Amino acid sequence: MMVPAPLLAIDGLSARLRAPPHRPLLRSVCLDVREGEVHGLVGESGAGKSTIGKAVLGILPRAIEPCGGTIRLSGTDLLGLSPARLDAVLGTEIALIPQDPMTALNPSRRIFDQLTDGLRLKRRLRGQALRDKAVALLQDVQIPDPEAVLRRYPHEISGGMRQRILIAAAFSLDPKLIIADEPTTALDVTVQKEVLRLIRKMQRSHGTGVVFVTHDLGVVAQVCDRLTVLYGGMVVEQGETAAILAAPSHPYTRALLDATPRHDRTGSGMRPIPPQVAAALQAELARYGMGPGAHV
Amino acid sequence: MNARKSFGSRPRARILHPVSLTVRRGEILGIVGESGSGKSSLGRALLRLHEPTGGRLSFDGIDITHSGEAALRPFRRRMQMIFQDPQSSLNPRHRIRTILGSGLDLAPQTPGESRSEALARTLAAVGLDSALADRFPHELSGGQRQRVGIARAIATRPEFVLADEIVSGLDVSTQAQVLALLKQLARELSLSLAFISHDLSVIRTLCDRVVVMRAGRIVEARPVADLFDAPRTAYTRQLLDAIPSPVPDPGWLERGPIDRDLAATPAG
Repeated sequence: MMVPAPLLAIDGLSARLRAPPHRPLLRSVCLDVREGEVHGLVGESGAGKSTIGKAVLGILPRAIEPCGGTIRLSGTDLLGLSPARLDAVLGTEIALIPQDPMTALNPSRRIFDQLTDGLRLKRRLRGQALRDKAVALLQDVQIPDPEAVLRRYPHEISGGMRQRILIAAAFSLDPKLIIADEPTTALDVTVQKEVLRLIRKMQRSHGTGVVFVTHDLGVVAQVCDRLTVLYGGMVVEQGETAAILAAPSHPYTRALLDATPRHDRTGSGMRPIPPQVAAALQAELARYGMGPGAHV
Repeated sequence: MNARKSFGSRPRARILHPVSLTVRRGEILGIVGESGSGKSSLGRALLRLHEPTGGRLSFDGIDITHSGEAALRPFRRRMQMIFQDPQSSLNPRHRIRTILGSGLDLAPQTPGESRSEALARTLAAVGLDSALADRFPHELSGGQRQRVGIARAIATRPEFVLADEIVSGLDVSTQAQVLALLKQLARELSLSLAFISHDLSVIRTLCDRVVVMRAGRIVEARPVADLFDAPRTAYTRQLLDAIPSPVPDPGWLERGPIDRDLAATPAG
């Protein structure tokens, strides 16, 4: 059977702080995202999961510089694009679902204006066509009474509804790839479940590839087809979600699972990462020859 | 300890409807609920940081519902709080020694124990080296800062400690250490601990009993094992069903209704 070419191919991506002594943040990261696949990036703080997402979007903070490797979207290396070419790709081919729906929306602009930024700037839609499209987008994300919601300001709607608006905005230009950066971390569990369901539904119906950044192995288990476990900017383990969670091959993945509290069994969630696992991780980081990791 | 209380504010903006609960001596009580459910208001009422507009609050059998600050002072040492964010709750200009010192000054003295011995004992109780006493909060890791926050609370040798969402910003590996530490401290110091969290999985890990809150009311209050195995209310069942388990379940995402969030309520 022929393996389809990946939608997103990250090959040997390294990144570091721009200022000396150039602390490494990503160490030769390789990962593929196929069309229509949800690929989870999991790890604790400092693992580099958000840095990978930002590198793909071309929005790394100035303090961070890529220092090796390629990021190819359908064959085009994004790191080599001019700012103008990258600007054409952002929104239309890659979009972001951010973590915090409150800070991601401008408090002084109505929902309609923020939702339709992409459609106005990149599709040049105006007038009734724009209005109709906005209503259709909100219907897609199951928001009742879209006309009324479009007139509101962000503070006038609930957190779950704000996150739905951002999902609608991300899908508005029908991108090939979406980076979802901890999109449900700020939400209550019941709202989280609805939002996860919605992202999955939209992603399936549009055939979108998704990079799903999260620290929550439960969310990964229920949403991601494949996953990459990261530690200190390096890939620790990668593969099918069900296979890895059922039988992790790396002791760190095992330790993360053991440290995760469970609502469906007793006696979980109090086992920290064993010292020998932490020591082995530090030794692996050292093998990359880029200095020690920040995260111990 | 017997803190039975009802608490409500003016009808125009009622935060808590009359609620009744008891925190027993040596018990770890979980208080769980979604945002806006009133769990933090309840916690602060238990510490008498708010004066209730109705009902009664008693601590160790003494009614403190309407006690003034002077009358409350002896109780303040006996009830302490661990805050969510150790970054913002520890004074950045003070060394750890100073941060813990004011609490230690209030604690009953152990005969023959010097000030620095008391400091070392308190740090050791939370698993920190006494060498950290001369550091500033920014020189510590997030996990170490949270341990200092716990040390600050137990420095006065309290009988009741309120912990409000203290692990929600932590990585799972650090969270596991903090939960294990709390369990151990509660046992060793015979503490009554009220542990507020939005995370039922964490509650199951740590607590003996749990109170489920919704819209300022207690929905269910039961021993942890009972509640998780056989929730009595539809609301609790809904909360449990909404927690993703790290075991893939192909039907989970599609199961269950909800959509109550879609009512256009402004966020609190």
